Parts: sequence; C-alpha cells; structure tokens
Amino acid sequence: MLGRIGVEAGRDAVIAHLREAARLIRRRDIVMVNGAGLGHIGGEFSIIDVLATLYLHVMNVSPDAVDNPERDRLILSKGHAAGALYTTLAAAGFIPPAQLATFMQPLSMLNGHPDRKKIAAVEANTGPLGHGLPIGVGTAIAGMLDGSPRRTFVLLGDGELQEGSNWEAMMTASQYHLANLTAIVDRNRLQQGARVADTNDLEPLADKLRAFGWEVVEVDGHDHGALVGAFGAVPAASGKPTFIIAHTIKGHPISFMSDNVAWHHKVPSAEQVATALAELKTS
Amino acid sequence: MTAATVPEAEQALHDCRDAYAATLIELAVADPRVVVLVNDSTGSSKLGEFKKQFPDRLIDVGIAEQDMVGVAAGLANGGKVPFVSAASCFLTARALEQIKVDAAYSNNNIKLCGMSPGMAYGQLGPTHHSIEDVAWLRVIPNITVIVPADPAETAQALRWAADHTGPVFVRVSRTPVPDVNLPGYTFAAGRAVILREGSDVTIIANGTVVVRALEAAGVLALTGISARVLSMPTVKPIDTEAIIAAARETGSIVTVEEGLTAGGLGGVVAETLARNYPVPMRFVGVPDTFAPTGSVSWLLDHFGISATGIATAVRDVLVH
Repeated sequence: MLGRIGVEAGRDAVIAHLREAARLIRRRDIVMVNGAGLGHIGGEFSIIDVLATLYLHVMNVSPDAVDNPERDRLILSKGHAAGALYTTLAAAGFIPPAQLATFMQPLSMLNGHPDRKKIAAVEANTGPLGHGLPIGVGTAIAGMLDGSPRRTFVLLGDGELQEGSNWEAMMTASQYHLANLTAIVDRNRLQQGARVADTNDLEPLADKLRAFGWEVVEVDGHDHGALVGAFGAVPAASGKPTFIIAHTIKGHPISFMSDNVAWHHKVPSAEQVATALAELKTS
Repeated sequence: MTAATVPEAEQALHDCRDAYAATLIELAVADPRVVVLVNDSTGSSKLGEFKKQFPDRLIDVGIAEQDMVGVAAGLANGGKVPFVSAASCFLTARALEQIKVDAAYSNNNIKLCGMSPGMAYGQLGPTHHSIEDVAWLRVIPNITVIVPADPAETAQALRWAADHTGPVFVRVSRTPVPDVNLPGYTFAAGRAVILREGSDVTIIANGTVVVRALEAAGVLALTGISARVLSMPTVKPIDTEAIIAAARETGSIVTVEEGLTAGGLGGVVAETLARNYPVPMRFVGVPDTFAPTGSVSWLLDHFGISATGIATAVRDVLVH
C-alpha cells in the first residue's frame, strides 16, 4: 500500500513518493496485462505519472468516502487505459491489490474499460472516445450550481481529440466559465494505428485550445514536480478552464516500448515482462 | 360515452408541450436537484417560463447533442436530476452512443425528453421526422421508453420519471391531441390501460394516435365489430400480461403508432405474442420507408394511421 501524500510532507518528499509509486504501479500493470493476455500497455505507461500525481497527491478523494459529494472527480476519457486506472486505484487504496489478478476475467469488476457500477471510485463508464470531456463539463456545472470548490479532472488521449464531441464540450466549458474543470491530454503523439500527425494532425494544438477559451499549460507528463506545479495553478485566476498538455512517451520508460506504435495494445511476453521489470527496478 | 363517440369538433385539443413545461416547473419547485438541458431548444420546448423562474437551472449547450447528453451524465454524477429537452430526431440520432453508454450502460439518472417526435415536423421532411426513436431506444438495455397520449399522461410520465432513479426516455408531442384518458387516470410505468372494451379484436396504440384508434373502434362498432382499445404508453418495459390477455380474449391484434412499425410498438407486441400467445396481427404505422413531406395529419392519413385505415387493418386481420 502506497497511499496518499499531502503537501505537509514537503515538495521533495512528495515528488519522491510519486516517483516510487509510479514505478510500482507500472510494475503491477505490466504483470497484470501479461496475466490477462489483453490490455493497452503503451498508453497506460504514458499516463501513470499523471494518474499517480492526481490520486496520490492532488485530488481530494479518499477510499473511506468514495460517495462524498464534495470529492474531486477524475474521468478517464481514454477508457482503454483502464489498467493504469486500476493499478493506480489499487495504489491509492480504492481497490484491493489482489483484485488486479482478475483483470479482464469473466465477471471481473475490472473490465477492459472501467465500469462505475462495479467500482465505486470510477466516475464514468468510458471506452468510446470523446465521452469524458462532456461528462466532466457536467460534473463541473453541478459543482458550480452547488457553489462547491470541488474540482473535475478529465484525462484524454491525443488521438481522441479527433472526436468532435470534445470541441463541443470545450465551447460549453468556456461559455460557463468552468475554472473548476481541468483537462489533461496525454500528448504521446501516437494513436492506435499510426502517428497522430500522420493521421489527422492536431497542431497547432495549444493555439486551438486557447482559441476555444481555455488556459493552456504545457508540461513534461513524466515529471512529477512539473505536474504538481501545473495542477497547483488550477483553478486559473482568469476564471477559464485549464487544459494541460502533458507531453508524454507511449510505453515510457521501457526501452523496447517507448514511442513505438506497435505497443498500443500489444501484450508483452514473459521475457519482455522480465526485461521491463528489470528496467523498473529503481525509479 | 367514450372519446370515440364525441364529435371531433367538440373535443378540445392540446399541445402536450404545455403540460410538459408546467410539470417541469412543478418538479423544479419541489426538488432543487432538477435541472434542464437544451440544445438551443428553449422555445421549441416551451421552456421560456422555466428559464425565467430558474435561469441557472436551464443549461443551454447550443447545437451540440453529444455534448448535451454527456453533460447530463456529469450533472447526474454531481447529484442533479437532468431533463434533456431536445427535438427527438436530433436527441436520439445524434447522441445515440451517449444515450447507450452515458445514460443506459452507466445507469445514470437522466431523463431524455424527445420533443416533437414522430412526424410532428411533417413539412420539414425526413431529416426532422423522428420515426425511428422508439425502435432505437427500446432495444438498448436499462432504459424505460414512454410514449404518452395526452397532456395528463405526459405530466404523469414526467412525475414518474422524476421519482424513478435511472434513465428514462419520454416522447413529448406537439401535435394537438384531445384528452383520451378518463379524469382521475393514473399512469404507471409498464402498465397498459383499456380505454374501450371490445371482444372481437384489440387495437393497441400509444402517443398521438390513440385518439385515431378510438375513432376506428367507433367506426367499427357501426358495422358490428367490437374492438378493444388498449393504450400502451410504456413500450419498455412492455405490459406482457395485458397483451396476452388481449390475444386470449379477443383473438387478434392490430398495433397503431406514429413511427416505424419495425422495432417499434408493433415490433415489441409481435415479439411478445410470438413468445407467449401467437395470434393474427396487423401493423399500422410507417412501413420501411422515409415519409414524404406534408402536414402531420396528412402524413398520418397517407400511411393509413387514420380511423379508416385502422378499421381496414382490423377487417383484414379478422378475415384471415
């Protein structure tokens, strides 16, 4: 059990804790995907640092109060990276780690895509792309109507931004001045079949997001200190919603997976798992 | 005296959106969780007064139906009870995946109100007709599908939806209809209501065309045919017992609806009979075609969804 670490621990201790947590989460994830024979390991490894930073430090959430209406919300819009969510939730105490062995098994609570009806800590059933940001706009409007300081975080894939529903939701978020809403795009530049730029390019992404009325912050999505800093700047003083472009590497930090489109949903062999675990020996 | 025997000129006709708008205000007064979502459809949903009374609780996302239903799911996550109020053609077609995943599969407490459904936008053509909505939504697991026939049933269906936790789809008609249910009528989800007794055949209808089924029963009575009229406001869950009783007691069934018969009310009644009590059946509604353009009353007559057309279908099923 890794658990949450608060600001009172001091910045260096927070960063060391998150780095170590992310290492252990990656180790569990690759073993889990190998055991299931299914998964999306590349896009999971690109978001584990973001998820660990949110669940173990930034967000006001607790396994003891999953139904607390005042909790912060995380919506994993790229639902195919469910393995990263489950292993992070296990590290944060929301799922018993022993459950991870049931990933993808018949009737498991750990579906290939997250199901809020099975796991209390899951906020939204995602999988088809372009659903998470509209849902996040809704949770943010609910918080605004309640006059609550609670925040919503939506984690999206970059290829996912090709879905038009995201841009509908961005306009709504801007129209309603949803400063309590933060979107994070996992900018690993690869989608299922090819590079995003070679498929349906997003650039100039930051300019587009700003033009849609959002504050834009660009960070190294594997740098826990930078992520803590970016999340610490929301809600923005401007009253705008914030889009964090997290520059990441698909499959990070495994040598044979990194930035390799083949690892979208390839399953590592036992030998590859051993190599990856050796590379994840220290953080 | 049944509705069918009242001359049409004496019947007051109502736009169900008036009952809809008044009921949403009543629900919003009683429950602070109630909010409304529109896609620039405040006027067409007759929600101007709601907006005046609850400006913060009417959320207009603009012309963005996928966003609208997703936002509803988020509002439900945040403890609100969202009523999504949009033209049924756009709500159900444009946002079908959000209805499937964000509402039904997720079991979110969302009320989808399909405005001006069927062929209400007659002259605007098939892009604006919503003849597929009932068939599409009733095959999605975990969603209640209601097609009210008159203002009282519309209001009661909305109150039931507000009390019920889970996704609900309600058609809200703009086509003027008379009161077809008796004073004191109580809507219950999944329960059909006999509006006219009969022993030779049962006409099962819902929505705006229940009145036409009653008129057909009146016409048939003149020629000695005793037709039961069974109002079926809930398409899902279907009232299996009432359908079996009708088949057993009257021997044949004719369904009448303002929409595609394939997969719609006709489809679900046929499935129910095939599984439980097969009897001869006829389907009155829109066949496998896009409707032409014309006024809604012209279109209903065009497809034989009229007293004459329904009576013809009844005579046909009785002959065979």
